[in-house]
Amino acid sequence: MRKVRASIIGFGSVGQGVAEVLLRKDEELKSLGIDLDVVAIADSKGAEVNVAGIDLKAALGRKREFGTVAIDDLTGEDVIKSVDHDIVIETTPTDIETGGIGLVNMVAAFEFGRHVVTSNKGPLALKYRELVEAAKEADRKLLFEATVGGAMPIINLVRDTLAGNEIISVEGILNGTCNYILTRMMEEHASYEQMLAESQELGIAETDPTYDVEGIDTACKLVILANSIFDQDATYQDVDVTGITKVTLESLSLAHDEGYVIKLIGEVKKDRLRVSPRLVPVSHPLAVGGTLNVASVCTDLAGTITVTGRGAGSIETASAILSDIISIYKD
Amino acid sequence: MRVSMDIELKDTPGQLLLALDPISELKGNLKSIVHHHEERTPRSAIPVQLVFEIEPANLEVLIGRLKENGIGVARVDEKRFTAHGAVLLIGHIVHTDIQDTIDTIDNTGFAEVVNISLSMPQIDMRSSASLKIDAVGKNELHEAISVLRQVAIKKDLLVIEPIEAEIS
Repeated sequence: MRKVRASIIGFGSVGQGVAEVLLRKDEELKSLGIDLDVVAIADSKGAEVNVAGIDLKAALGRKREFGTVAIDDLTGEDVIKSVDHDIVIETTPTDIETGGIGLVNMVAAFEFGRHVVTSNKGPLALKYRELVEAAKEADRKLLFEATVGGAMPIINLVRDTLAGNEIISVEGILNGTCNYILTRMMEEHASYEQMLAESQELGIAETDPTYDVEGIDTACKLVILANSIFDQDATYQDVDVTGITKVTLESLSLAHDEGYVIKLIGEVKKDRLRVSPRLVPVSHPLAVGGTLNVASVCTDLAGTITVTGRGAGSIETASAILSDIISIYKD
Repeated sequence: MRVSMDIELKDTPGQLLLALDPISELKGNLKSIVHHHEERTPRSAIPVQLVFEIEPANLEVLIGRLKENGIGVARVDEKRFTAHGAVLLIGHIVHTDIQDTIDTIDNTGFAEVVNISLSMPQIDMRSSASLKIDAVGKNELHEAISVLRQVAIKKDLLVIEPIEAEIS
């Protein structure tokens, strides 16, 4: 049995999902020889530290009741630098301008010799190369399956299962909010504005939906795919981005008449990174509805492999984080 | 583009090779060959029917080389448009000179707009159109869509293209 001490840095929806999943999967982890203790949890107001292992159930209850787990006046960075542990589960919110505290936390983690498993897109979309170098330097792992497509396996699918294949392209729907809005416009024969309002009411779109509907979120995911799968050194600036705000109901109807649906498609090739609304034949595997994500990986040996799944949600994202944690320790 | 061609061979050894070599030299892709060895044309040559894909620019060169090799070319039938695609436009499509937009495709010589459906909900609101484009080959269809994309930028139109799998 291998003792693993972890911190959860960022205790919002994803961080709490990780705590819930760790509680639920304790037995399974032990059966794989992993005895995992969370020794610190940090949120924006402070942290709880317990080197003997935090009671996750109590921490989740306290978070729900008081809006924070804070007992000690420590930041996530303080925890990473001062609490002795093996792996940092970095689930702070994405900051696409600077990388934000997520970047600071990851750099600190490698500096102190800790593995990083993350759902935070910002640092990876902005500073991929530096982070990979820092991880290599520290001889630690940097795993980030949760950053692209939530529960839908894509990075690990390509790296492990499709190993040996040359990847020609990846194209797919990587943003559930846009998919939901476009699907609902067609179902309800309603305008973009109406269906945006509906998805905001349901909590599927943010109050400020720019990040999703303008294609920025999809673009960040493409950058991560380009860098990790195609070994590029791409940044957000390299992506040709068009969002869905100009898509009209009439265009959806015209597309329907021709046997197509309109989807916001992200496309990664060696020489092109593009996010744009595209025509997808209704019977094509990429034509999934609702908030689903989907990706088609085009390879030289295996042909085209298509995966689909839930791209967001705390438990779904935590599932990707859990699989990354296991992949570090199972060997 | 796909070409179907009737040629006439003299009844001496090596004639078929003289007909096929120029096609492969010009990077043509032979799809079918029907050799009527027992038949004779009025000029007592052997009729052969070929179907192949070739770059449009190379077709004339090919016919020239066949003739140099002493092969009779009795009939050439270009199946001009082998690639078909649909594209949507959103914006002020009519007010930005729809004729000019269509002309940019038609003037390429390798692609044409063959159908257009227009939806104009209200004056001053953005309209939507679906265009069907035929092209002589997949590459030309790609090229036509890229030409359209350039025009659309100038006219502030949004082009919604098919996914890659649809046109490759």
